[in-house]
Amino acid sequence: MKRIYAEEKWCLGCHLCEYECAYANSGIADMVKALKGKDIFPRIKVEDGDGVHFAVNCRHCSDPICVKSCIAGALSRDGDGMVLIDKDKCVGCYTCVMVCPYGAIMPAEGGKVAQKCMLCTDNQMNGEPNCVKHCPNRAIVFEDRG
Amino acid sequence: MNDTLFMYPEYEVVRDADKCIACRVCERQCANEVHSYDPDLKKMFADSTKCVNCHRCVCLCPTHALKIVKSDDTYKINGNWNNQTINEVYRQAGTGGVLLSSMGTPKPYPVYWDKMLVNASQVTNPSIDPLREPMETAVYLGKKTAKLERDEKGKLKDTLPPQLKLSVPVMFSAMSYGSISYNAHESLARAAEELGIYYNTGEGGLHKDFYKYGKNTVVQVASGRFGVFKDYLETAAAIEIKMGQGAKPGIGGHLPGSKITDAVSTTRMIPKGVDAISPAPHHDIYSIEDLRQLVYSLKEATGYKKPVIVKIAAVHNCAAIASGIARSGADIIAIDGFRGGTGAAPTRIRDNVGIPIELALASVDTRLREEGIRDNVSVVAAGSVRSAADLVKAIALGADACYIGTAALLSLGCHLCRTCHQGKCNWGIATQVPELVKRLNPEVGYKRLVNLVTAWKHELQEMMGGMGINSVEALRGNRLMLRGIGLTDRELSVLGIRHAGE
Amino acid sequence: MKYVIIGNSTAALYAVEGIRSVDKKGKITIVSDEKHPAYGRPLISYYLYGKTDLEHIAYRPADFYEKMGVDLILGERAVKIEPKEKRVLLQSGKKAGYDKLLVATGSRPFVPPMEGLEEVENKFSFMKLDDAFALEKALSPEKDVLIVGAGLIGLKCMEGILGRCRSVTVIDLADRILPSILDEGGAAFVQKQLEKKGVRFLLGDSAAKFGKNVAYTKNGKEVPFDVLVVAVGVRPNTELVKDAGGEVVRGIVTDDGQRTSIPDVFAAGDNCESFDISSGTRRILALLPNAALQGECAGVNMAGGDAHFANAVPMNAIGFFGSHIATAGVYEGECFEDIAPDHYKKLFYKDNELKGYILIDCIERAGIYTSLIRNKTPLSEVDFKLLEKSPALMAFSAAARREKLARRQ
Repeated sequence: MKRIYAEEKWCLGCHLCEYECAYANSGIADMVKALKGKDIFPRIKVEDGDGVHFAVNCRHCSDPICVKSCIAGALSRDGDGMVLIDKDKCVGCYTCVMVCPYGAIMPAEGGKVAQKCMLCTDNQMNGEPNCVKHCPNRAIVFEDRG
Repeated sequence: MNDTLFMYPEYEVVRDADKCIACRVCERQCANEVHSYDPDLKKMFADSTKCVNCHRCVCLCPTHALKIVKSDDTYKINGNWNNQTINEVYRQAGTGGVLLSSMGTPKPYPVYWDKMLVNASQVTNPSIDPLREPMETAVYLGKKTAKLERDEKGKLKDTLPPQLKLSVPVMFSAMSYGSISYNAHESLARAAEELGIYYNTGEGGLHKDFYKYGKNTVVQVASGRFGVFKDYLETAAAIEIKMGQGAKPGIGGHLPGSKITDAVSTTRMIPKGVDAISPAPHHDIYSIEDLRQLVYSLKEATGYKKPVIVKIAAVHNCAAIASGIARSGADIIAIDGFRGGTGAAPTRIRDNVGIPIELALASVDTRLREEGIRDNVSVVAAGSVRSAADLVKAIALGADACYIGTAALLSLGCHLCRTCHQGKCNWGIATQVPELVKRLNPEVGYKRLVNLVTAWKHELQEMMGGMGINSVEALRGNRLMLRGIGLTDRELSVLGIRHAGE
Repeated sequence: MKYVIIGNSTAALYAVEGIRSVDKKGKITIVSDEKHPAYGRPLISYYLYGKTDLEHIAYRPADFYEKMGVDLILGERAVKIEPKEKRVLLQSGKKAGYDKLLVATGSRPFVPPMEGLEEVENKFSFMKLDDAFALEKALSPEKDVLIVGAGLIGLKCMEGILGRCRSVTVIDLADRILPSILDEGGAAFVQKQLEKKGVRFLLGDSAAKFGKNVAYTKNGKEVPFDVLVVAVGVRPNTELVKDAGGEVVRGIVTDDGQRTSIPDVFAAGDNCESFDISSGTRRILALLPNAALQGECAGVNMAGGDAHFANAVPMNAIGFFGSHIATAGVYEGECFEDIAPDHYKKLFYKDNELKGYILIDCIERAGIYTSLIRNKTPLSEVDFKLLEKSPALMAFSAAARREKLARRQ
């Protein structure tokens, strides 16, 4: 399955991926309209250290502890191995936040449900991850590494 | 006192407030700290005085909210004292120093490439379709002085001196590790390998990581002899003696100490953090005979297996100098025109010394032919070959191949802001700051270089096909394929071409 | 191969998936005394709160049982295991023969003897969906509710019903709320939040005696109510295994493959013990993630696979009215604390390992802490100073980060 991998060596810490993610999941066709004057709640987050930066989003684990911990059955793994969240089933208990070892699940805007990267299959990008597409230095790649 | 006190910034950062989403990418990506965010107003601000107009922020702004424009602020209009000239006086009055610049001269000197037109076949000499018929772009650089000799058994002896095979008549110009980054070097090396051409170390030595690209590497021996030792020479495909550089004829190189990091210091074999100054002349070369000694020293050191290139800046009497070099034992002469780039040069020299490559190339080729020694050497033209069209014209004027430097850097992201000498290249090219160097991912960079040269190759084939010529060999020195436009008789005569319509 | 699973909640469903990951064909029968297809049991409070509904409460899609090839016997109670005959007796008198049996019977509410309790008409437990339905019917905006028990169940029940009645009073013998997961400071922090919402607490007190619509407390208070919820605690349903001769301490004892001491009988979920890696002891960890992991492990082993589950971590994510609490591990050793009006954070570490944490309204990326506990990561290998501030992968070595973010899964 193709997953998103972060290559720390090339990450510039520009945080474009966060904005491209927020835009991709906004449901609004225009980026300015989608993001201007708003706080963003991206599903990918860049960590910044001393000369080190990297983006973190859902790893789509083959043995996902979030799925097994979900009290509502809102998290699941599809046939390809992608870990999905059903916002209508999620009750916002955040057990998944408590168990994800990558810190890659987070409260969604409004704080009522959890959200996570679904590889842009659930938005206007039709499965072409927008963070990958707009990373200026190929620090985020979408590849099948097995 | 602020030494920019008297000056208004030449360029202004213009932000479309309606489009700006305050994502702060511009702020994070500007090493010159132009942009800042005001958390109280939730707005971005820009300090144009710090802007070098590298366009990093413009390119990365996700909503295209930024542009950089030439300021329309002007001193009182003066045909003699223009803003730039006045500002240079202010700057020097503030600093007391020599003005430094980077890349090729921006002055509007004539560009002869743009005053020459290329021929095409009609009716009597059919053009060739490169998609259907073979079209040879490979060239061999080196002496073509083979003689027919047979061994005692009567078999032909291989008397051809060593050659460099190029799949396209393009090489990447000398750009030292130090002046450009590790990642820029890796991009050039990998692209050269994939393309079947060569890149050039410049006077910066060869980083140990890049020895594996040796068969696509030209190593340079320059007046400072930085990084030159046995393995360096042996690893390379060819050795270039740098006598001069188009952007700064008559002076040596100057790498500021701030760019001399651990790795650069190791590679150059010089102390860390101390300015690396290569002398104006080679202190052991005061004549063609001296040059010949160095040429043969290097050949001797490498078993006569590698061609030796001698690179000179295009200057007034370059034809005579080239004639001397062709007799010095060198295999290849590289001529670097005055519009060529540099990582740092005194502005006055860059903008006022040397001559255009077109004229130098034509006169060198003519002179060598006249003297019957053209086959002694291959000729490589450098100094602002900007496109496949320039390349075609250079070959028709007599070049065997061209060096490209600026075009290569542009493909890596350079936006010609001409502030390489400040060492804070926002594109990760002309810098040694780790945070900036990593902005150039060689995986991306080398592919862009490969794309550029591949595109030029296709264009070269198409233009040659149009002329009814099916090999670079057959185009070389074929000045009948060129016509001048808007040139004086004198210029046409130096270029050795007729005027359009003739 | 015939598989029988007693119980139809988290452990049972994961056991089904575990079995099917190895054995696609064997016959699986689920026996449950509940009438509903499996639902997320903790969701019953969210149902009352209005955060989920009957359409979304199902734990698996409607076609799950059919797709997995499960025969579902609902509304039927298993009364006895006959290990020699390898069969389970059902209340109706039917028998279900098995090759491998999973006992995933969970737990039941514990209602201690309390004087006068039998006189209370509107009294409820809060464990099952039917409990929620019953409670829902009894609620209306002019009703006062008394909840006995300020633990996880009692307080989630409180959250669920606060908006649907006039008042909620919570009484608990303990001197603080959520005593099983919070320390004093944390409990006070949350109590203050809840009191702001209008909840009344009677702590360090207990209902000594009940009248029909009133409780008389040990401390001499008189608390009138219309509806009473008893949420004092739970007891594991261990009897089936115990009566069949299986080893039971507090919960059913299993090995790390969820095998009980009875051959071919497995147990998983709130009825059995697991090895708590943070305290190094075997104990009941009645937590949904734990039930899932045990269930899956049991299923794989029942079908002949080789699975182990030996790194359980006690942990709880719970929240009230938009505030969020995450806790894990044990609260032993040295403590890093960061307490402010808007958040409460304690990290407990000992012997170069993170042992536990309490996070209130600062739960973001808490899983990074949990993984440190679960993996027993030596704190000398990470930048703990950075982790104290906030959970971050930056605290790990570059090699560890690469392994986490750029390796094959």
